Amino acid sequence: MKPFLERLQTKEILVADGAMGSFLFQRGLKSGESPESINLKDPNVLVEIATLYFNAGADIVQTNSFGGSPLKLSHYGLEEKTEEINQTAAQCVRQVVGDKGYVSGSCGPTGQMLKPLGVIETDEMREGFQRQIKGLIEGGVDIICVETMTDLNEAKLAVQAAKSLAPDMPVMATMTFDPTPRGFFTVMGISISQAVQGLTEAGADILGSNCGNGLEKMIQIAREFRKFTKLPLIIQSNAGKPEMKEGKLVYPEDPSFFEKRVKDLAQAGVSIIGGCCGTTPEHIQAIRKAVDSL
Amino acid sequence: MDIIKKISDYLQKGDDEKVFELTQQAIAQNIPPDEILNNGLIKGMDVIGDQFRNHEIFLPEVLLAARAMHAGMDQLNPLLSKAGIESKGKIIIGTVQGDLHDIGKRLVCIMLKGAGFEVIDLGTDVPAENFVEVAEKENAPVIGMSALLTTTMPAMKQVINMIKEKKLQNTIKTIVGGAPLSKQSAVEIGADAYGFDAANAVIRVKELIGVS
Repeated sequence: MKPFLERLQTKEILVADGAMGSFLFQRGLKSGESPESINLKDPNVLVEIATLYFNAGADIVQTNSFGGSPLKLSHYGLEEKTEEINQTAAQCVRQVVGDKGYVSGSCGPTGQMLKPLGVIETDEMREGFQRQIKGLIEGGVDIICVETMTDLNEAKLAVQAAKSLAPDMPVMATMTFDPTPRGFFTVMGISISQAVQGLTEAGADILGSNCGNGLEKMIQIAREFRKFTKLPLIIQSNAGKPEMKEGKLVYPEDPSFFEKRVKDLAQAGVSIIGGCCGTTPEHIQAIRKAVDSL
Repeated sequence: MDIIKKISDYLQKGDDEKVFELTQQAIAQNIPPDEILNNGLIKGMDVIGDQFRNHEIFLPEVLLAARAMHAGMDQLNPLLSKAGIESKGKIIIGTVQGDLHDIGKRLVCIMLKGAGFEVIDLGTDVPAENFVEVAEKENAPVIGMSALLTTTMPAMKQVINMIKEKKLQNTIKTIVGGAPLSKQSAVEIGADAYGFDAANAVIRVKELIGVS
């Protein structure tokens, strides 16, 4: 298997995976528990989910470590388990994809705010990300994916933490934007051009957006990114904004909706296409099909 | 410039030290505490709320303004209760069980306080019975519930059902909000109101208890 960054230079479009949380709940995770607690209790579930996405055609499969920073895990009294949780997350995906796919180590927000808005010091946050990412690297990831960020400083700390531990490890960094009359901004007020500048300075190799307000908005976001950077782009979109129907949560954008819009993402210059909340292996299969027929 | 206007301006800039200082001065000048509150602090938060709703400012500016508001409020609260000035009403608020997300709820608390309500913040991961128990004990007319995880929306319904079981639906109204919710889903779970953002939540709460 070619090294990840070389592969992106060939202009090939790679497919990433979809949502994780819904599967964890179907397989015994209880409301109020840390999604990463599964890594300790029942790692077979991680193998099963990775297999579903790998078989659906994902080139890149993500680890179950979104909330695996010690700052986040401390809510559940699990911060002492940071290393084990992240190592296991990586090992389980590696076991599935072998040398036929890339393992991407997920690194989400800590849920805490840096001073002066919150109480966390920069050093504490950086060290936390380092502990998490060290675990992911030891578990065998190929890529670190800093995702769903809204605070640029937090995102930069995570990217820098990865680069300080493994300068050659590719780092993807994605933020979550909302539409406003003045363009796209994160809830912390970061624009796409600011995100590009800050994340690039921090050393990220691939930039983009995840989660969000549906695929149509993501196509606009990708075009906006393209204006400011030549780096490869990644888009992992929600399947729209969920609605409650008959007591159940329904995401409006189905696999065929995704399939039809892959072309637009490709034209916007996106190199990696995957899903976020509400997407399923069927969505990934649809993306795969569309990518293969480009 | 008039000191009350200065309080509002520095609050909007998020300068808590200056707001603290000016509030102290205003009290020393014997300006009635409710005037400092309504025309200084609340007016400043109103502007912040409008700017946030219009996406002119973002979360950091709101949080800093809130900190400045608290710097003034802490000095006014004892004077307000001594003067027998009542709040617009008591609101019980929390993020529902299973959900640890704090920011959205914090924003709503800030905006409600800024609009003159007394807010009891139960924190995150709040069990259904806590919402109802505290609302009953405190005689609060409104319970506000927040969720960011899609999976915790059913916990909101649990609270609403509990209110109905206890036949309290005429005295305790519910409002829900959070990223996965919509007006439609709020109706679906039987909530009395839906706040699509923090500023909108304040408007809806005012409607629920009939104050302006």
